[in-house]
Amino acid sequence: MLFTSYSFIGFLAVVLAVYYIIPKRFQWMLLLLASYVFYLFAGAEYLVYIIATTVTVFIAGVCIDNNFTRQSGYLKAHKEELSKDEKKAYKAKQKKIRLYWLVGCVIFNLGILAVLKYTDFVISNINGVLSAFGQTGEISFLSLALPMGISFYTFQAVGYLVDVYRGGVKAERNLFKFALFVSFFPQLIQGPISRFGDLSKTLYGEHSFESGTVSRGLQRVLWGYFKKMVIADRVLVGVNTLIADTGTYQGAYVVLVMLLYTLELYSDFTGGIDITIGIAESLGIKVEENFNRPYFSKSLKEYWRRWHISMGSWFRDYIFYPLSVSRPVQSLSKFTRNHFGIAVGKRIPVYFCMLVTWFATGIWHGASWNFIVWGLSNCVILMVSEELEPLYEKFHERFPATRGRAYQAFEVLRTFSLICLLHLFDCYSVSNAFKMFASIFTVHNWSILFDGSVLDLGLSALDFGILAAGVVIMLSVSLLQRRGSVRDRISRRPYPVRFVVWYGLFLIVLLVGAYGIGYDASQFIYNQF
Amino acid sequence: MEELLELLNELHPDVDFSSREHLIDEGVLDSMDIVSLISMIRESFDVSITAKDIVPDNFNSASAIYALIKRLEDEDD
Amino acid sequence: MNQNAKRHPWVKFIVSALIVVLTLFLLQCLLVPKYVDGVVEGAFIAEYYEEENKDFDVIFIGDCEVYENFSPVVLWENYGINSYIRGSAQQYIWQSYYLLEDTLNYSTPNVVIFNVLSLKYGEAQSEAYNRMSLEGMRWSSSKVKSILASMTSEESFLDYVFPILRYHTRWSELTSADIQYMFSSEKVTFNGYYMRVDALPAENVPTGKPLGDYSFDDNAWKYLDMMAELCEEKGITLILIKAPSLYPYWYDEWDEQVVEYAEEHGLTYINFLELTDEIGIDYNTDTYDAGLHMNLSGAEKLADYLGDVLSEEFGLEDRRGDAELDAIWDEVIAAYREEIEAQYELYGIDKTE
Repeated sequence: MLFTSYSFIGFLAVVLAVYYIIPKRFQWMLLLLASYVFYLFAGAEYLVYIIATTVTVFIAGVCIDNNFTRQSGYLKAHKEELSKDEKKAYKAKQKKIRLYWLVGCVIFNLGILAVLKYTDFVISNINGVLSAFGQTGEISFLSLALPMGISFYTFQAVGYLVDVYRGGVKAERNLFKFALFVSFFPQLIQGPISRFGDLSKTLYGEHSFESGTVSRGLQRVLWGYFKKMVIADRVLVGVNTLIADTGTYQGAYVVLVMLLYTLELYSDFTGGIDITIGIAESLGIKVEENFNRPYFSKSLKEYWRRWHISMGSWFRDYIFYPLSVSRPVQSLSKFTRNHFGIAVGKRIPVYFCMLVTWFATGIWHGASWNFIVWGLSNCVILMVSEELEPLYEKFHERFPATRGRAYQAFEVLRTFSLICLLHLFDCYSVSNAFKMFASIFTVHNWSILFDGSVLDLGLSALDFGILAAGVVIMLSVSLLQRRGSVRDRISRRPYPVRFVVWYGLFLIVLLVGAYGIGYDASQFIYNQF
Repeated sequence: MEELLELLNELHPDVDFSSREHLIDEGVLDSMDIVSLISMIRESFDVSITAKDIVPDNFNSASAIYALIKRLEDEDD
Repeated sequence: MNQNAKRHPWVKFIVSALIVVLTLFLLQCLLVPKYVDGVVEGAFIAEYYEEENKDFDVIFIGDCEVYENFSPVVLWENYGINSYIRGSAQQYIWQSYYLLEDTLNYSTPNVVIFNVLSLKYGEAQSEAYNRMSLEGMRWSSSKVKSILASMTSEESFLDYVFPILRYHTRWSELTSADIQYMFSSEKVTFNGYYMRVDALPAENVPTGKPLGDYSFDDNAWKYLDMMAELCEEKGITLILIKAPSLYPYWYDEWDEQVVEYAEEHGLTYINFLELTDEIGIDYNTDTYDAGLHMNLSGAEKLADYLGDVLSEEFGLEDRRGDAELDAIWDEVIAAYREEIEAQYELYGIDKTE
């Protein structure tokens, strides 16, 4: 059930109505039921995976939590009789038990994800190697279907378990409540990856109907639909045409691909997240923000703090940090500092951890080399800019004028161009990405931008006009957001103004939206993750 | 505390760490700084900061970091 | 207003809801296709409901092979048979069945004539044809069932309930006709007959390519069974016909199946393709698109022959002299003649030839 399908809108209306009619103590149960109904639409055969993850992580969480309780009980009861070393030994022993639970459960769940998502990728690479050595026998693909949202819910569940292990959150003791955390339907298909500590604050609560809250949430949903249906699904037609034919669409077309795809990805993904957060808001539930006007970032590093925040922070908190402070890396750190001096030595282990993290981020996005190269390219750019940092500092000291707004605008533009460039790996295979990029400089066909050739891509002049207007609207909203919530500002206006704004937006989506017959039922880019 | 401020200044000589209260939220310390800082602290103070302690609250100011170090020292005892 | 709104929050709500419903209604009226020029085939089905007297003796149902090939005016003028054609482009057999069901809600004819070409389709082929056959129907359980039986995988029932969802993109291609016919329409047929007077000789008609399987789909048979049952139940004589269109090709293997079916069920089946000499169809002058459809001349010849069969073999009475019907037909005939004149002019045909 796509967000942009009639069935989803009907489903949502029913859930919302029932949610506020039934006694409040049943609300979370309704959400659980709704989430599983939602999941059933994707295919009953997938339920087994999400249930397996739910149950195993639930049990492991409870066991780890019980161990904490037992440990503090034991230590309290035997406070007097145990020596310091005995206490330490006992603690270490208990910690080991908890670690077994954690590692066992994480391996099991990431194992499911890995087998389903990466088996065919591994097979294709093995086949590649085999044929390189002249072997003819190919291993056939398993073509395992990926359950809806598996990358998101697996990460969310694993994050929870690590939090329990670290003692950051108490384990959820109600299996069904935990099942809701894993399967909460608005964020099932494309995130964000919520933390238990954040989401559980409002997920299970009792929420009374307040027209203000509900309409505020639905306003955001509408805004999400605008981004998705008016802009993303429209521009998708052009992007698909362009990237399907790498022989024809080179040179200036590649620049067009970068721009259009960057627009598509932004409006599709942030629009989808607007719908998710808006739905949750109308249910009285707070889902953390996943974007913070990312295309205004002044560096790639900043961009990754503002784009798909929940994913970036997941990789940072559960892979980068643990790896960085792990014993082997710390020893490496000591070694490199002793041998290469502080300045260089302190960087090597950090860069190593970054490489691992970005490799993981890349392969999480998709089981293919272009995503791995995409991840590593991000990493390399981050390292290079880290290395250039002192140079920039010196440059700014020499030319203080470069600290002004104009230079900041330049930085934003530079970062945006980098992001566009990196998106080439999203659109093409690795070798094609480089080839297509090179064609920008070798194929001189800039005239296509003006001679009407761009109108043969499935987008009419009117479509381009609508896209341009859409970009202006999104840009204006983003600029306004710097001074607080746009919805709040509108809500302070008199009723007729508010009515015209929101009903107008609805009519725009209704009339200008790229939906129905004639437009491919486009999927969220992040759906099959 | 003095020792800690010295470490911090090694990372960012231009920042006055004694007065800043939102080092993480304002982006003064990024993840790379954190990792470097942790290994420096490990050597200077002989305490291991683990991943679970890497939360913004623990790193937002020099005094918060110092408090973290003290707490970990006590736990070791 | 503001004070009022504060006192009665529901006033605000009701006024907003009214504005929303009204604007959406107007937009929908504006955006749906009007079928008054260009593709007029979408307008046929709805025209039936405008008829004041629906007491027809004969109802035709089927695709273009009925609505372009028989002239009800000739049936009336020569035999006093009061008939109506409920035809639409590529009308699938389940649509024909439900259209018959729908028609029977208004009156029960003596004879129903169904053209068998659509037996060749077991499932809907095109959303556009679905639209033109279904949209014109008034809402009834028959319409709902017909939609559900027709939808292709890309279609959605909601698009039929709220056509604005289907036609939302038409705002960029609106013409003055969309405004002119927002709330009204203009008749484009004569009792369901779609007239063309021009001629294009049928030359080089392609013969049918051999098919792998000539048997009709079970789904098509199912609806023919239902149609036969419904007619029997209501005491209506069902006549199966195959119009003399040369193309789409009508295979002998298909014909045999229909002949067999008609025998089994005691139905009359008339294959006009075998009667062209007897009727005097001249494929040089009686078709406007090289053999696919009859023009006026062909449609009048066919109607004359059929009228003879209906009154001689099925004993349909001559209703000329009924004052009400005479008045209605006078109007239709006048418009019919006017249209003939207009088309002669349009196609530059010298009527004195």
